[in-house]
Amino acid sequence: MKLFEYEAKQIFVRYNIPTPRGFLATTAARARDSAAQINAPVALKSQILVAGRAKAGGILFANSPSEAEQTAAKLLGKEIKGVKVQSLWIEEKIAVKRELYFSITVDRANRCYVAIASSAGGVEIEEVAATAPEKIVKTLIDPVYGFRLYHGRNIAKKLGYVGNQMNDLASIFLKHYTLAMDYDAELAEMNPLVETSDGKFVAVDTRIIIDDNALYRHPEFKSRLLEEAGMTQQELEALKSGLAYVKLEGDVGIIGNGAGLVMATLDAIQLYGGAPANFLDVGGGASADMMAAALDIVLSDPKVKVVFINILGGITRCDEVANGILEAKKRVGFTKPMVIRLVGTNEEEGRRILTEAGIHVLDSMEEAAKKTVEISKSGGA
Amino acid sequence: MGVFVDKATTAIVQGITGTQGSFHTRLMLDYGTQIVAGTTPGKSGTSVHGVLVYDTVEEAVKAHAANASIIFVPALFAADAAFEAFDAGLKTITIITEHIPIRDAVQVMHRARQQGAVVVGPNTPGILTVGECKLGIMPAHVFKRGVVGLASRSGTLTYEIATGLSFSGLGQSTCIGLGGDPIVGLSFVDVLKAFEKDEQTEAVALIGEIGGNFEELAAEFIATEGYSKPVAAFVAGRTAPPGRRMGHAGAIIMGKSGTAASKIEAFKKAGVKVAQKPSDVARLLAEKLGK
Repeated sequence: MKLFEYEAKQIFVRYNIPTPRGFLATTAARARDSAAQINAPVALKSQILVAGRAKAGGILFANSPSEAEQTAAKLLGKEIKGVKVQSLWIEEKIAVKRELYFSITVDRANRCYVAIASSAGGVEIEEVAATAPEKIVKTLIDPVYGFRLYHGRNIAKKLGYVGNQMNDLASIFLKHYTLAMDYDAELAEMNPLVETSDGKFVAVDTRIIIDDNALYRHPEFKSRLLEEAGMTQQELEALKSGLAYVKLEGDVGIIGNGAGLVMATLDAIQLYGGAPANFLDVGGGASADMMAAALDIVLSDPKVKVVFINILGGITRCDEVANGILEAKKRVGFTKPMVIRLVGTNEEEGRRILTEAGIHVLDSMEEAAKKTVEISKSGGA
Repeated sequence: MGVFVDKATTAIVQGITGTQGSFHTRLMLDYGTQIVAGTTPGKSGTSVHGVLVYDTVEEAVKAHAANASIIFVPALFAADAAFEAFDAGLKTITIITEHIPIRDAVQVMHRARQQGAVVVGPNTPGILTVGECKLGIMPAHVFKRGVVGLASRSGTLTYEIATGLSFSGLGQSTCIGLGGDPIVGLSFVDVLKAFEKDEQTEAVALIGEIGGNFEELAAEFIATEGYSKPVAAFVAGRTAPPGRRMGHAGAIIMGKSGTAASKIEAFKKAGVKVAQKPSDVARLLAEKLGK
């Protein structure tokens, strides 16, 4: 789960990592008060969870409280990358000497956490990795002994700092690691970590993504999950029904069982010239309730012209899936054409149930994908 | 023959009295897997499908010689179960459980390395050496004894491709679900090394998906080590958008890394045949093997 910048900042403050003085504002008047309290030029930062908000105009600056008020009025309610701005983080604008990067994240290949630092902060770290990999310092972290102060000093040295600055940075890195572990962060990032014109270090932008599977250890964020910004209505419904759903841009609705199989189904639709409207994994079992919920969600997307249901029965039984589809049909009502591919355990029985109900069933995934694309091209008739 | 599990594998089931544990214990026994004991804390003295239940792995292993374990316990207790299995000296641990926190999984894999143990999963359908041993939840009937070593990051897609291999007559030696989580015990490189040494395995199929870089590392390994057996790959998720989890916790493109395009390109560069659709895997390997 992604935390908002202001939530992450509050955590960094609790761990004594310097951040710019700031306040959360949901109204222009509150933005004005915040700027007055800060009593210096401020940055007004949209609290949204989409990447690239600065480039999209989500961060603006103001030199006075009245300018802050006007700027806040412009930002609040504005849509940035499809997400409405509902709050702003107003903070002191920092005089930048140099921008650094520091993060703790997961190194999947080495099955451990890794500290990533760079002297080229303020831009996406992948960009640096692609264009100037020599500017990146990676330190693998031993799962038992953890990240130590001397690791921090080594990194600071490699970024070009000595003396007090080296020690200051090392201490910030260690605190950062501690908070990342305490919060089960799959990513905790300072970008940029700014060296100010007077030689101090301040975490100007901070990002924390908590491992969803560890949310039970962080109940204060658990209730947030359902109202997480940036989710569509269908995505919220899917989450509540325990379905994995991702909205895409095309017109072919897709339902399948198993993440890999559903991804491969999307790919097959594209291979034959179609455009998938969504990813939807009903998971194992695929009961009537799950199928009904899945169809409901897929059909509520007005762009969908045809639905492709691709089920491979393993432990899941095809006759149960077939009954699930019929039950779902009764409840939801099929308003769009369907192509169903159903193979595996008890497939004869499953096929019989659907055929008797007048639903055509195919057994080759590729044939079914081709047919689905044809229907989508002919306008869903 | 086959890799990691075979006729000599003797396993305990951790979490044997639960719905999943009990159901799949029966199916594993039906397959011929030697399930020698089970554990559920607080249920010692009972039995499940004729398998005796113990409170602790230590007791189970003392009473019955075992060398492997399969874990069905809930995510909250799964890491604890894995540590318990390592401590009892078990060397092949399959973790079916989904939703284990990354921080716990990292510690489990660290301990596994120290103990020289192999971890299949977490979030895996398991591992099966055809006709010898099944430590998992996969439907046994889709597999047929044969020559292709299969490793995959997903469940149903494995069954899809295994069905194709069985139908083509190639069949499988061992099928391994690496697991859908970001942190899993086995990589494609690990299984390539194991399949290289296995006499029954004549070719390898790698079923990847978006996220991480196991596919790229496998391609690099094949290119630099001069792999001796033909390899075909399929990568799911060409249409996946960045930053979204596609069902599996580990199936996510972070920024620009972990894309299907990057993995497919890496495989092609290494001379690995890449299937455009699942059914192509069997055809590509049949061509390479001249069968």
